[in-house]
Amino acid sequence: MSGSATLPPDVLAGIKLGFFEECEELLSELEAGLLALKRGETDPEIINKVFRAAHSIKGGGASFGLAPMVDFAHQMESVLAAIRSNQLALDAQLLGLLLRAADVLADHVRAARDEGRVESASAREIEGALIALVAGDCPAGEVSNHEPAEGKPTAAVWSDSETPSPATAQERIWVIRFRPHASLYASANEPLFLLRELQYLGEVRATVDDSELPSIDDLVPEDAYLLWAISLTSTADAQEIRRVFEFVEADCDLEIVTDQEGAATPVADRNHPTAGSAAVSKQPDSPRPSISSSGIAAGRSTPRLSETIRVDVERVDRLINLASELVINHTILAQRLAGIGSAGTSETELPLDELHQLTRELQNGVMAIRAQPLKVVFQRLSRLVREVEAVTGKQVNLVVEGESTEVDRTVIERLIDPMTHMVRNAIDHGIETPEERLASGKTAQGTLRISATHRAGRIIIEITDDGCGINRARVHAAAWSRGLISGDAVLSEHEIDELIFLPGFSTAKAVSELSGRGVGMDVVKSGVQALGGRISVASYPGKGTTFVLSLPLTLAVMEGMLISVCGRSLIVPLSTLLETIHPKLDAIRSLGAHARLLSIRGEHVPLIDLGHALGYLTEPAQVKGVILLVEDDAGRRAALLVDDVLGQQQVVIKSIQANYRMVEGIAAATILGDGRVALILDVNSILLSHGRWSAPVEQRLAAG
Amino acid sequence: MTNKKLILTVDDSATIRELLLSELSCLGYRVTQAEDGIDGLEMLSVEQPDLIITDITMPRMDGIRFIQNVRGDERYKATPILVLTTESDPDIKDRAKRAGATGWIVKPFDPQKLAEAIRKVTA
Repeated sequence: MSGSATLPPDVLAGIKLGFFEECEELLSELEAGLLALKRGETDPEIINKVFRAAHSIKGGGASFGLAPMVDFAHQMESVLAAIRSNQLALDAQLLGLLLRAADVLADHVRAARDEGRVESASAREIEGALIALVAGDCPAGEVSNHEPAEGKPTAAVWSDSETPSPATAQERIWVIRFRPHASLYASANEPLFLLRELQYLGEVRATVDDSELPSIDDLVPEDAYLLWAISLTSTADAQEIRRVFEFVEADCDLEIVTDQEGAATPVADRNHPTAGSAAVSKQPDSPRPSISSSGIAAGRSTPRLSETIRVDVERVDRLINLASELVINHTILAQRLAGIGSAGTSETELPLDELHQLTRELQNGVMAIRAQPLKVVFQRLSRLVREVEAVTGKQVNLVVEGESTEVDRTVIERLIDPMTHMVRNAIDHGIETPEERLASGKTAQGTLRISATHRAGRIIIEITDDGCGINRARVHAAAWSRGLISGDAVLSEHEIDELIFLPGFSTAKAVSELSGRGVGMDVVKSGVQALGGRISVASYPGKGTTFVLSLPLTLAVMEGMLISVCGRSLIVPLSTLLETIHPKLDAIRSLGAHARLLSIRGEHVPLIDLGHALGYLTEPAQVKGVILLVEDDAGRRAALLVDDVLGQQQVVIKSIQANYRMVEGIAAATILGDGRVALILDVNSILLSHGRWSAPVEQRLAAG
Repeated sequence: MTNKKLILTVDDSATIRELLLSELSCLGYRVTQAEDGIDGLEMLSVEQPDLIITDITMPRMDGIRFIQNVRGDERYKATPILVLTTESDPDIKDRAKRAGATGWIVKPFDPQKLAEAIRKVTA
C-alpha cells in the first residue's frame, strides 16, 4: 500500500479544537430547534435542521474516532430520522426525551473534548430509551439499517484501516473482463483511471477490444462500445479487485477470475498490448506531491465563509488593551499641547478632535468584538430548568426574552453561577408542586420568565417566577433566630425580602438536593456586586417573586469622576455618584469625637473624610473642599469629603488583584492622561468600613 | 500559475471542510469550499474545479439536488463528483449515482481512502 498522507499532530489538534467549537454551535441549533417544536412550531425545516445538527456531530466525531459520542449521536439521529419519515409521532413526551438527550449529547461532546467519559446513569437510561424507540417502532428488518455498518467508529481513524495482506499470500494471475455501459461515462467515470488504479494491486496488462466500435457515422458519442481484457498479477483477492470497480459496479459487466478458472476465457495477448494498454502500463505518477500550503486554498474566494471568523480571545484582548492605551495617549497628547500653549489653535484643535473621535470609535468597535449575546447563559438555564424539573417533579415553562442582548464576555462568564443559583432557587423555593398550584387555582405548570434589556448603558436582567412568593413570616423568624436582626426590629415588607441576601441566611427546612449546596443568596449578591452590579428583589405573596439584576456592559472601561484627596488623584465610579455639593458648615453635625452627619434636604447621611478613611490623614480634616453624595449597591448613602473634583472621564480599568492583592477600599486602578496611576474607589467597602484603616492604601497595597 | 488540480468541497460542517482542506492540500490539490448546494453552485459559476466532493445532508440544497444541478450544466457533464456519506444505507449511494455522482467516500475517511477515491475518478 502506498504511504498515506498523515496530518501533522498540531494541524489535527487544531481541526479537532475547531470541531468542538462547531459542536457547541450545532448543539445550540439542536436545542433551539427542539424548543421551537416544543412551542408548537410546525415548519418541517425545523426537524430537518435538528436532524442535520445531530448528523454533523456524529459525522465529525467519527472522523476523530470519538466512539461514545458518535454512538449516542447515532441513536439520536435514528430517532430523528424516524420522526422525519413519520415512523414516529412527535409528542410532548418524545420531545422531552429528545431535549434531555440533547443535554446528554452536550455532555458527551464536552467529555470527548476533555478526554473524559459520560458515566451517569441517566445518560445510559436516555440512550436506552432512544434505542428502544427505534427498535420498537421499526420492523426488525429495518433496525439494522440504523446500525452504522461502516461507522461503528472505532479508535484512531488515521491509522491505516486496511489489514495488510498476509505475507503468505500467493501471487496469482487474475483475468478481468470489463465492459462499461453508457451509464458509466454518464457519471463521469473513466475506464482508464480504473485500469490505472489496478496497478496499485500489481502488474497490469490490458488489451482493448474495439471490435464493436461502429463507423464514425453511426457512432453515438454517449454510448459505450469498448471492452477490456486485463491480466493482473497480484497477491490481492477478488474482493480487493472488485473494490477498484465499486463506483461502477452497476454501470458495467465485470468478470474477475484467476488464470486457472478462466482457462476458457481468451486471455489478452501479453506480448502485443494495444494502444489501450499503453496508457496504463507505465508506472503510476507519484500520487502525492509534497505538502503544500493550505493557506492558499483557504484564501480563495469563499463567499459565505467570510461572514464569521473565530478569533482567539487573547488576540481580541490585546487589541482592547492597545485601543485603551491609544485613548490614554490621546489624552496625554492633548494635555501636552495645552501645556505648550498650542491647544485651542485651529491647527491642532481639529485634528485632535478627530483623533479623539476615531480613538473612541476604535475602542467601542474593539469592545464590541468581545460582546456576546446572553443566549450563551440562557441556554444553559433551559437545560438547568429541565434537570430541576426532573428532580423536583415540578412543571416549569421557561420563557426567555432578549437573549440576543449583548454583554462583554467577562460579564457573561461571571453571570453563569449567580444565574444558575437563582433559577434553581426560583424553582426549588418559588414555584409550587403541580398539586399545590392546582389547589390554589393556578395552572399546574409554573412559569419562569427571564428577560434581558439594555437600559441607560447597563444591562437589566429580570428573573420572575409565578410561585408562592417569599414567606415573610418565615424569613423574619429565620433572620431573628440566626441573630441577623433584633427581635423587636420593625421592618418593611421590602426590608424583610432583602434579608435573604444576608450572609448566613437560609430558610430551607432541610438542605435540599438542589439549592442547599452551601450557597446562599448572599453569595449570589456578592457575585453580582463583584461584577459592578446590583441585585434587588420584589415579592408578592401567592403571586411570585422577581429578582432584578443591573450590570455594567463591560468590565474593561467605565465612566469615572476624577477627584483629588491629599494630593492624590482617585477615581469615583460615576455609577455611584448622586451629586456634588459645596459644603455649608451649618449642614454638618458632629456625633461624638469623629462621627459627623451631613444634613441634606432633611435627610442625614454619614460624612466620611476620604483622606482619613483611606489612611492619608490620621485625623479627619476640617470641612472644606467638595462633598460627593454617593450611594452604594445596597442603597446606602454617604457624603464623601474630598479636596477637589477635577472632571469626568472614561477610564480603562486595570486590575490590581493581578499584580497586588485585593485591598479594601480600592476596586481597581487606571492610568490617567498624564501617565500617572490613579486608584478607583470601591465605594461599597468605604461605606461599610470607613475609619477602620490606619495605613494609607498605597502602603497596604505594597504590603501584599 | 499553478497547475495543481482544483477541488471544490461542499459540506455544511466546517470540521469536515477543514479536514478535507488539510488532507487535500497534503495530497497536492488546491481546494475551494462551499457550505451547501446553493453555495456550491455559486462557486461553480466562478471556479472550474477538476473534481467536486460533496456531502449529501445539507441545509438549503442537499447533495442530491446539487449533483442534479451540476450535471444539468454542459460545462460539468464530465467533471467527476464524489459524494461524502456516513450512511450505511446503500440507497444513498444509489440515489447519488442516479443523480450523476461518479463515486463516493465513506466517512470517516482516512487519507488513503480519500486519495484512492480521487485517483479512481481523476486523470
